Amino acid sequence: MSRIADRFETLRDEGRKAFVAYIMAGDPDYDRSLALMTGLPGAGVDIVELGMPFTDPMADGATIQLAGQRALAAGQTLDRTLEMVRTFRDTDTDTPVVMMGYYNPIYSRGVARFLDDATAAGIDGLIIVDLPPEEDDELCLPARARGIDFIRLATPTTDAARLPKVLQNTSGFVYYVSITGITGAATAQAADVGPEVARIQEASGLPVVVGFGIRTPEAAEEFARVADGCVVGSAIVAEHAAGKPVEEVLAFVRSLSEGAHRS
Amino acid sequence: MPDDLINSFMSGPDENGRFGKFGGRFVSETLMPLILELEAQYEHAKTDDSFWEEMHHLWTHYVGRPSPLYFAERLTERLGGAKVYLKRDELNHTGAHKINNVLGQIILARRMGKTRIIAETGAGQHGVATATVCAKFGLKCVVYMGAHDVERQQPNVFRMRLLGAEVIQVTSGRGTLKDAMNDALRDWVTNVRDTFYCIGTVAGPHPYPAMVRDFQAIIGTEAKAQMQAAEGRLPDTIIAAIGGGSNAMGLFYPFLDDKEVHIIGVEAGGKGVDDKMEHCASLTGGRPGVLHGNRTYLLQDDDGQILEGFSISAGLDYPGIGPEHAWLHDIGRAEYVSITDREALSAFTLCCETEGIIPALEPSHALAHVAKIAPDLPSDHIICMNMCGRGDKDIYTVAKALGVELS
Repeated sequence: MSRIADRFETLRDEGRKAFVAYIMAGDPDYDRSLALMTGLPGAGVDIVELGMPFTDPMADGATIQLAGQRALAAGQTLDRTLEMVRTFRDTDTDTPVVMMGYYNPIYSRGVARFLDDATAAGIDGLIIVDLPPEEDDELCLPARARGIDFIRLATPTTDAARLPKVLQNTSGFVYYVSITGITGAATAQAADVGPEVARIQEASGLPVVVGFGIRTPEAAEEFARVADGCVVGSAIVAEHAAGKPVEEVLAFVRSLSEGAHRS
Repeated sequence: MPDDLINSFMSGPDENGRFGKFGGRFVSETLMPLILELEAQYEHAKTDDSFWEEMHHLWTHYVGRPSPLYFAERLTERLGGAKVYLKRDELNHTGAHKINNVLGQIILARRMGKTRIIAETGAGQHGVATATVCAKFGLKCVVYMGAHDVERQQPNVFRMRLLGAEVIQVTSGRGTLKDAMNDALRDWVTNVRDTFYCIGTVAGPHPYPAMVRDFQAIIGTEAKAQMQAAEGRLPDTIIAAIGGGSNAMGLFYPFLDDKEVHIIGVEAGGKGVDDKMEHCASLTGGRPGVLHGNRTYLLQDDDGQILEGFSISAGLDYPGIGPEHAWLHDIGRAEYVSITDREALSAFTLCCETEGIIPALEPSHALAHVAKIAPDLPSDHIICMNMCGRGDKDIYTVAKALGVELS
C-alpha cells in the first residue's frame, strides 16, 4: 500500500482528519526550507506538499509566486528539490510527500528520468496544476505505472458531467479547490463546500481534502470538518517569508494542525 | 478521403488541439471547462453563416478591409532584385492586424453572453484593438500590460484609457508580456462566470491557436486573390515577422498547400542569437516546452525555467511562439530566421525613405529579411511581405535608438 493510502487509513482508524501543509522548496534558501520541511511532521502535519518553484506559476497568487522567485534566486533546481526529499527521508519514512508544481521543469528533465529520480527520492504523489485529464498521457499514466499517485484538483467549475473524467485516473486523494481563483486569495464558505466534497467522495471513493484560502486554525477546523482534511499553503509560506525563526513558523503550523485535528 | 486532403498542411489541429506534438490544453482544471465551452461555441460559430456575415460587415465598414496589396516600387529598385509587394495591414483601424482577430473573439464573447473582456498586451496593439472593439460594443475591458512595456509604450497606454479600458500594470515576475499573460490567466481563473479572455496571438490552450489563425487568415486569403489580380499568379516567397506569430499565421495559412510558395517567418534576434540569450527567437534559439496552455518552442534554461526574451520591439518580446509555427518548423514547411535589432532599425529607416511608410518595429524585422534576400533574387521573383503594423507607436523607441532626443 502506498504511504498516502496508508496514512489515510491510519487517520480513519484514529478518527482524525488530515492536515496537509504546503511549503516551497528552496524558499528562502535550501537549508531553511529543509529545516522547515523536517519539522513539519513533528508539528502535526500528516502529508507534506512540497512546491517546486517555477518562473510562471499561473495558478498561484503573489505569496507563492514570490516564494518561487526567492527559491530560484537562491539557486533551487529540480535536482535540489529531489535532494531535499531524499534528505527528509533520512529521518522520516512514514510521512507522505507530494510534489506540487507545473509541468515544464519535469518535461524539460524528461518524464522517464524524472519518475526514476522521484521514486528513488521517496516521493509519493504529484499535483501538477497544468496537466488536466485531457493530457493524462503526458505524466499521469506513466506516474501511476510507477506507483506514484497522481492527485487531481477538482474545482467549482468541475460539474457533474465532467467529474468522472477528472476522477478517472486519480489516486491517493482528491484536492478540492474551494474557490474559483488563485492560491492565497479569497476564502469560501465551509457550508458551500460541504455538499461539493460529499459529491466527490461519493463519486471517487477517495479521501477529499479542501484547499485554497484557508489561513487560520479556525478555518482549518471548519473545512476539515466537512471533508477528509484540509490544506494550508500561502499562510505558512507568508509566515516563513516574514523571516521568522523556523520554530515560530512550526508553532503556527502546529496551531493549524491542531485546528484541523479538532474537527 | 482523397490523397490531396490527407496530405494537406491545413487540416490541423487534431481533436486534442495538437499540431504534431505541439499545442494541446495545458491548463488548470478551473479553466478546462471554460476552454471546452469556448471550443464548442467556436466550432458552432465557424459553420454559422450569420457569424461570418457579421465579421465581414465589420471588417469592411469598421476595420477598412480589404487592406491593399501594394507594389513597393522604389524599395524594389533600391534592393535591385526580387519584386516586393507589401500587404498593407498597417492601414487597418487601430493600425495593425490585431483587430482582425479581436473582432472575431468579441463577437463570439457576445454570443456566449460574456460581459467582461480581459486581454494581455505587449506593445499595446492588441490591447488597443481590444479596448476599441469593447468600446464599440459597450463591454467592460481590462488589459494586463507588463510594467516594463507600460513604460516604453506610453502612447498606447493612453489610447487604451481613452477608449475606456482599465489598464493594469503587471509587476509580477519581470513585468513583460509573459507576466501579463500569467496575470490575465489568474484573472480568468478568478472570474470564470462573466469573463472572456481575448488572447492576442496564435498561442495559448486549444482552441486559441486555431481560432486566432482562422480570424487572421483573412490576410492571406486577400493577399492570394490580390496577387492573382496583380500578377496572375502566386508569390514565390511570403514573409512575416513573428512574436507569438498571429500575423504570420494569418498570411501563411491560406498558402500552406501551395507547395511552390516559399514561406519565411522572421523572429526577433535582439542583440544576436547566441548563448547570451538576449533575443526572442524561440525557434532558432529555444527548445520544446510547456507554457501558457500549449507545448511549443520556448526560451528556457537547463532546468525548464522560462527566460525573458529581449527585443527592441515590445510586440515580439515573448519567450514562446504559436504551436502551429513550431510544427511548420519541425516538418520543414516554413523556414524561420532571425533578424537583430540593428538590422530591423535600418530596415525601418529604409522603408520610411523609399516608400513613405513608417513601419512598426515588428514588420521592420520582416522587411530586414526581405532586404537581405531580395538583391540576390531574379527580377521575376515575387515577394509578398506582411506590413502588419504602422510605426507611430514606435517613434520614441526609434528616436532613442538613433540617439535623437524628443521633447
